[in-house]
Order: sequence, then structure tokens, then C-alpha cells
Amino acid sequence: MPEHDVLVIGAGLAGQRAALAAAEAGVTVGLISKVHPVRSHSNAAQGGINAALHEDDSWESHAFDTIKGSDYLSDQDAVEIMCREAPKELLHLEHIGVTFHRAEDGTLGTRAFGGASKARTYYVADITGQAIMHTLYEQLMKYDDLIDRYEEWFTTELALDEDGNCAGAVTRNIRDGSMEMFRAKTVILASGGNGQVWQPTTNALICTGDGIAQAYRAGAKLMDMEMIQYHPTTLAGKGFLITEGARGEGAHLLNAKGERFMERYAPNKMELASRDVVSRAEQTEINEGRGFPDGTVALDITVVPRKRIHEALREIVLVGRDFAGVDITREPIHIKPGNHYTMGGVKTDIWGRTNVPGLYAAGEVACVSVHGGNRLGANSLLDTLIFGRRSGEHAAERAKGSKLTNPSRAVLHDEEARVEAIVGREHDGRRVSEIKAELGETMDKHVAVFRDEEGIGTALEAVRRLKQEARSAYIDDRGTIFNQDVLGALELQNMLDCAECTCLAALERKESRGAQYRTDFPERNDTDWLKHIDVSVNGDGPELSESPVTITQWQPQERTY
Amino acid sequence: MAEYTLKVRRYQPEPDDGKADGAYWESFDVELDETLSILDGILQAKNDQDGTLAVRCSCRAAICGSCGVKVNGQSTLACKTKIGEAADEAARIAEASETNGDGAAGTRGSEAEDVARPEIVVEPMGNMPVIKDLVTDMESTHWEKYRRVSPWLMPTGPEPEREHIVEPEAMVDVTQSVACIQCGACVSACLSMEADPDFVGPAALAKAYRFIGDPRDGQQEERLYDLANDPHGIYDCTHCFSCIDACPKGVAPMNQIMRLRRIAGDVHGIEDVNNGHNHELAFVKNIEDKGTLDESLLLQESFAPGIKGKLMPTKRAIKGLLESIPTAIRGIRTGKMRSLPKLIPGVHKKLPGDAQDQVKRIYEHAEEHSTELNLYIIGEGGEEEGAPGGEDVPAAEIAPEPDEPKELA
Repeated sequence: MPEHDVLVIGAGLAGQRAALAAAEAGVTVGLISKVHPVRSHSNAAQGGINAALHEDDSWESHAFDTIKGSDYLSDQDAVEIMCREAPKELLHLEHIGVTFHRAEDGTLGTRAFGGASKARTYYVADITGQAIMHTLYEQLMKYDDLIDRYEEWFTTELALDEDGNCAGAVTRNIRDGSMEMFRAKTVILASGGNGQVWQPTTNALICTGDGIAQAYRAGAKLMDMEMIQYHPTTLAGKGFLITEGARGEGAHLLNAKGERFMERYAPNKMELASRDVVSRAEQTEINEGRGFPDGTVALDITVVPRKRIHEALREIVLVGRDFAGVDITREPIHIKPGNHYTMGGVKTDIWGRTNVPGLYAAGEVACVSVHGGNRLGANSLLDTLIFGRRSGEHAAERAKGSKLTNPSRAVLHDEEARVEAIVGREHDGRRVSEIKAELGETMDKHVAVFRDEEGIGTALEAVRRLKQEARSAYIDDRGTIFNQDVLGALELQNMLDCAECTCLAALERKESRGAQYRTDFPERNDTDWLKHIDVSVNGDGPELSESPVTITQWQPQERTY
Repeated sequence: MAEYTLKVRRYQPEPDDGKADGAYWESFDVELDETLSILDGILQAKNDQDGTLAVRCSCRAAICGSCGVKVNGQSTLACKTKIGEAADEAARIAEASETNGDGAAGTRGSEAEDVARPEIVVEPMGNMPVIKDLVTDMESTHWEKYRRVSPWLMPTGPEPEREHIVEPEAMVDVTQSVACIQCGACVSACLSMEADPDFVGPAALAKAYRFIGDPRDGQQEERLYDLANDPHGIYDCTHCFSCIDACPKGVAPMNQIMRLRRIAGDVHGIEDVNNGHNHELAFVKNIEDKGTLDESLLLQESFAPGIKGKLMPTKRAIKGLLESIPTAIRGIRTGKMRSLPKLIPGVHKKLPGDAQDQVKRIYEHAEEHSTELNLYIIGEGGEEEGAPGGEDVPAAEIAPEPDEPKELA
């Protein structure tokens, strides 16, 4: 039974940053990930990371942009912390080796990004997430003796002790199928979002909401689960992401008539309005017949100088060529809004603490909330690093003052039994992959850019039926070594739990704010709905409650771009 | 939509239900759009037909580096290889093998009346043990070598209050190596590693360049000394270009290795344990003088260059030459070197006409246009105008696809 002071589950940016911070604080750390850490989805963050580092900029400006972008649903104390600490974190990344783009004078250079009043996005070409994550992994190599890495171990469930503290997790070693109880004084969840609940999505296949569902089942509150970001520029079909950096570099959005339609929706910021605004504009163009026959509009990057495209949007050149057959330096590329980011998640305070003692969450799995109803581009990397570090530091301090307790052994036995039951299922239900496909299609149809009561209700009904069907869904692989089939069945349960919570929260919020646009309630309603919707487990099912939004110095205003 | 057949090299470590023991081939018929990927094909087979089929994958967009495999023998990412193009390639291979008369290996049922659908061959990566089907053990091979190069920045001096001030081009330069996603395709394709499993290898050495080329790193010389004096280090590469072909991200690992050699030898004057740097100089000079390789001079020039080297050979030269004798004899015996009479100095044939002058002109052109600027920004069509140190590169000189991965060859 492996034992650590701090156990970090998930090894993307938030998890690696948390592990490094905890190790630096002098405690023993275990870092578990279902994939090799550098395969984590933080890789996909292309455009950059925001920080008010330049002397002409201020953290207050960054905070205001973030809060306005969130449609005033973010908690302003958390946003203040993130924006204040951003410059220091950015410089730390530079010091440990991230090859950030430089201005002519050799200092850090920036690019413009959506919803921001200043160009404050720092970047490495358009592989910023990858560059930062590989740099953190390098630091893990440097501190190899301080952090035990468990690469390709799948956490199936969290384990509490008899006093209700989170005291560990049950994990399956993918390589040999063995199940282990990991004991820990504190546990940090950093296992990412749940984009795979939607199809298509820009998210990787691993983004199955495991941590969100596990925390929920362990009694943690979820928050803002209805807030799902649709990114304005994804490829039709597979949903690949075209970075917002393209628009930051000056690219235009055009409808089929060749009109730069953002003039009608956001005359000041145009293509660089916040993502919910741009996605709705695109979807409106498409719905009203001004899109292309394939249900898209066009992103015209040819207006950006070729040299600049090759230097700053290199990955997009490759994505365009390899996945759309388009040379973006010569012709517009067809795009549409696509599922991209989970603003909601496990409810935490500014130190990453959840309502379950000893359990922390950071990164996309968590909801602090700094993103509220809509996340600004280049704030997600920042969120992972700031709150990853803060969780790591706090969890380490808590661990120093506490003893290892005994997680309930029953959890290990239950989990072993659950896995055995899945492996032993008769081939008379549906295939796991079929259920997953139906879930994704349903959610993308009904819980997307535009929503209404009927649609969300249809989705909720479908999700509940799929939950039933998932109980008897069968798999083929009965082995122990690299049995990905059984992991897929476990992931499906996690996704369905997440989907149910999202549908309930979306149904509950009877207004339009940020990513939640209800055609049956098209206005924002601060009187009744300037609050968070929380979901927690009660017996077998979910239960809704509400909590206040923390407002420090920015009162809600009308939101125009 | 079109139908394709994937012929997958399978290995089930725990065979049951009458499945074959050990490794075997299995064909899967899938139906998908030609613009979709080999990974989409594999996942369709896995989701709809056989969930035991193991493959690592995550992003589907050539960013995460999980799905390194061999397609039709070529190391690559499954998600980056279009299934339609792979099928065309399979057809070409099948046709070529039929013309050569080695039957229908790799094709299906030659008895079928119309043209049989060629099978796209999918195998696990090479140079790594297989765990299950397309899943390889990268930890004991790739990642161990990665850790070998101390892969983290080691700045010297006190940490600056703000950022390090560096030339913009310097960051662009190392970003080519930073673009590496550690997928292992280059390791899989590496011919040197096939011969010497201890070779540090293309991925780890490209990673080493990422620090050695970074002006913020303070251990450049130490790192180079270490890699030059490891017999499995930078001089173990045989220049075969396979890693450049395999790399899905345009990292061009071999180019990074060559740059490490040049910095080690030319900038730091590091004498490596393999005598690789001097051998390279002798080789280049040999061609410049003779046009084709004069093997009678190569060894002696490598160890004891010029008249001075021969009049006063160093101990190192004598030792090196003596130690090379068995290799030379082996070379002559196996026909890899010329026969003994042709190895007498002076016997080597001159190039006809003005060919030798043309060789000289190639050398002059190369020297004039040599640049250490990395491939992120290079001149078009070989006319490199970009110079080191951040001079302006005219927009027209930007290569459209600096890293154009070769089509499946």
C-alpha cells in the first residue's frame, strides 16, 4: 500500500505544478496519472498564458477583463489572486526554461487575445501548453527523488476515512491490472475536464471527467456545471481546435456572403470579443442561413502576413494541412463553435480546498471559480498553474500537521468487485462505445450554444436512460494487462455522472449568462440568478443547492464588446 | 466513405478464447472517410469489433504523442496518417512486390477476381519491447534515454529579477526541439539504435540540443563533453535521415545531432572518444580534394591529419590507427571497403573532366550559405538567406513547410 503525505491525481499542468510545489514544501509526494504525464490534455492549450506583467498593464485590468468575460459569475476574490500572482508565476516559468516568444529587445513579447483590453498573452509559437508542460516534466526529472511518479495508473475512486476525511484513492495499475489503495494525508485532484461528454469536442479522449465524478461521489460539491464553453473556431467533424491566437494575430471571421459579421455583434472588439459572444454570433449566422452548406463559417487567416503565420501559428498550418486539407496561408478555413472547456467542476476555495476535508482540486477539474460563465482565452493555463501551486502548498502544510489515517478498506473491495463485475458482464447489453457515442451526440444537440427547457429535458432523460444501459454495457477484454476496455467502462460511468449534473444545472438556471444561453430566457437576470448552482450527491441521486457569488470591487454591468 | 482493411500486428500477452499465443496478424475491415486517420480506423475496429485491441491514444491531433506506430513499415503517428493515403501506399507496395515476383505478401486473396483491396499494415513501434498489440514499453527505452541527457535547464549565476534577456531568434531556434512531443517515432525508426541499443538516440539528443542551444543554460560545454565522450553518444549517429522522415513535428532530430557535433568540435574543440569530429573533417576534406571517397587516406587523415600529423603522430593517433586495423580488415573481407591493391595511396581515380571543379563550387556555395539558424525559419528552395543572430528574414524567404514530413515512402 503506497503511502504519501500528498497524493496528486492527474499530471497535466495543474497536477505537475501541485506536485512540485508540495515537494518544495518538504513533504513526500505521489503523482498518479492514467496516461504518461506529457500526454495530458494541457498540451492542447495553444495560444498562451495571460499575465499583467508589462508596466503599462495592471492586475486590476486583467481581473476586470476576466470578471466581465465571466459574465460576473466568477468569484472576484479568486480572480484577484489569480491576476495578482500571474506575473510572478510567468517569470518562474521563464526561469525554469520555457522558451517564451521574445520582443525585438529580448524581453518577453505578447500577443492579443479575446476579451482582453491589453495584449497580455505570453506564448511559445502556438504550442504554449505543450512547451510549459514539458518544462514542468523536466523539473520532475530534476526532482526525481522527491516525487514518486505512477505513470499509467488509473484512479477508480477516492477513499475516505471513518471521520469523512479524504485519505487516499483506489488505483489500477494499467500495466498489470493490479488494484492498490494509495494512502495519503491529503489528496489533490488535478484530472482535467469532461469534454468527452460532448461529441465532437476539442478535448482529448482522456478528458472524461473522472475527477469531477469521483469527487461528486465522495460527497464534494460541484459548481457551475451548466457552464460549458463552446470555442468559436473548431474544425467541423472532428472538432479540432484552431487557436484564438489566429484571431489575436488579426484573422477575420466571414460568413458565406463574405461579410465580416462580427460587426453586427461586437462592433468594438470584433473577432476578439469573448468566446461565448463569438460562438453565439457564428451559430446565429449558421442558423439563419448565412453559413456554408457544411454548417460552418470561415476563418480567414490569409490577412496575417505569411512570415508571422509561420512563426506564430505553426501548429495551425499543420492542423489545417493535415486535418482539413487547407493551406491557411492561402485560403480561409471552415470552422464552427465546438465543445471546448468545462468552466464548472469541483467547488473549491482559493486554496483549492473542497468541502471534503483533505480533498483539494485544481485546474479544469475544479471550479474556484475564476472563469464563471465564460473563460477568457489564455486564462486556463494560468488557472492550472496558480491554483495547482496553491493547492500543492496548502495540502503540504495540512499534511505536515496531520497523521496518515486509514481509508475504508471497503472501498478497495468494492472497486475490485466493480471491475470484476464489468469484466464478467454477459454480451447482451449495448457496447460501451455505442452508449458513449449516443451521449456525445445528445449533449451536443441539446446542451450546447443555444439551449431551452425542452432540449435540456430531452438530454436529461436520455442521460438517465443511458445510465441504466451503462450498468449492463459489455466489454470484450477480460485480461489484466493494459485492459483499456474496462477503463472505458469506468470512464463512461464518470461521464454520465457529469452529464446528469450539467443537465440539471442547465435546467435550473432560468436565464442567459455566459455560456448558458437559454432561448426561453434570453436575458441575464442578476436579481434572481447572480449566484452559483451547486450539485451534490444525496443518497443515490444529485441534489441542487445555491451559493453566493463573491463580489469585491466590480459590480455587475451590462456586457458589450 | 470507403472501405479499408487494416492488417494489425497483434500481441496478446494473456491469450484466451482460443486466440493465438504470442504475436500474430489480424485483419480488420473498417469503413470511413478517406481523410480520416489510421487511428480513426483502429478505434473503429476497437469500438465496434474487438475491444481487446490495445493502442495508446488521446488527442487525435498529433499533439500528445501517444499513438506512435508503424504504418506500412514507416514510423509515424496513427492520428496523423490519413487512411486513404496509407491505402494508396499499401497498393503501391503490393504492386511493387508483385512486379518483383515475391507474390502477394501484404495483400489479400490474390484469387479475388477484381483487384484485391491492399491491406494497410499497422505494427507497434520498433526498437522497443511490445507490451500488448500496438502498445510498447517506452519507459525502458525512450524515457530512460531521455533522462540520460539531464533534461532540465541549468542556468548559471543568480536568478534574474525579471526574465532572461535573450535574442528573439535564440528562442525560436530551440523551439524546434521544444516542439518535440516525445512520441518515439524517431526512436522507432532509428537504424543506429537497431545496431546499438545503447545509442542515446535521436529524441534524447534533440532534447539535449534544446538545452545546449539555449543561451540561458550554463552547462553547454559539460553537456557536450559528456555526450561526445559517451561511445553511444552524438557520434553514434550514422546520418541515415530516418528520424527526420519519421518525425511528425518537424523536429528533425538528426539535424540537431549534427549541430551538437559542430558545436562540440568546432566551438569547444572537444576531442571525442570515437574520434568522430576528426573523422568528419577528414571525410569532408577527402571529398573536396578527390570528389569521391579515397579510402586509402580516410583513416590516416582522421587520426593523423596533414603532413605534420604524419611526421609527428600523437600517441592517440597511433593508438587509434592500430585499433582501427581489425575494422579495416573486416571491411575489406566483407566487401565494404575496396580490395587491398586499390587502397594504395595514389591509385584512387580522379573525377573526369571538370567534375572536380564542380565539386569545389558546391563546397564554396555551401560555405557561403551555411547558417546555424534552425529550421523554424529557413530560406526557400535551399536559398537560405536567414543568418544567425536575428537578422531580418524577408517574408518571401519563409519556407512554407519547413518540416514537411515525407509522404509515406
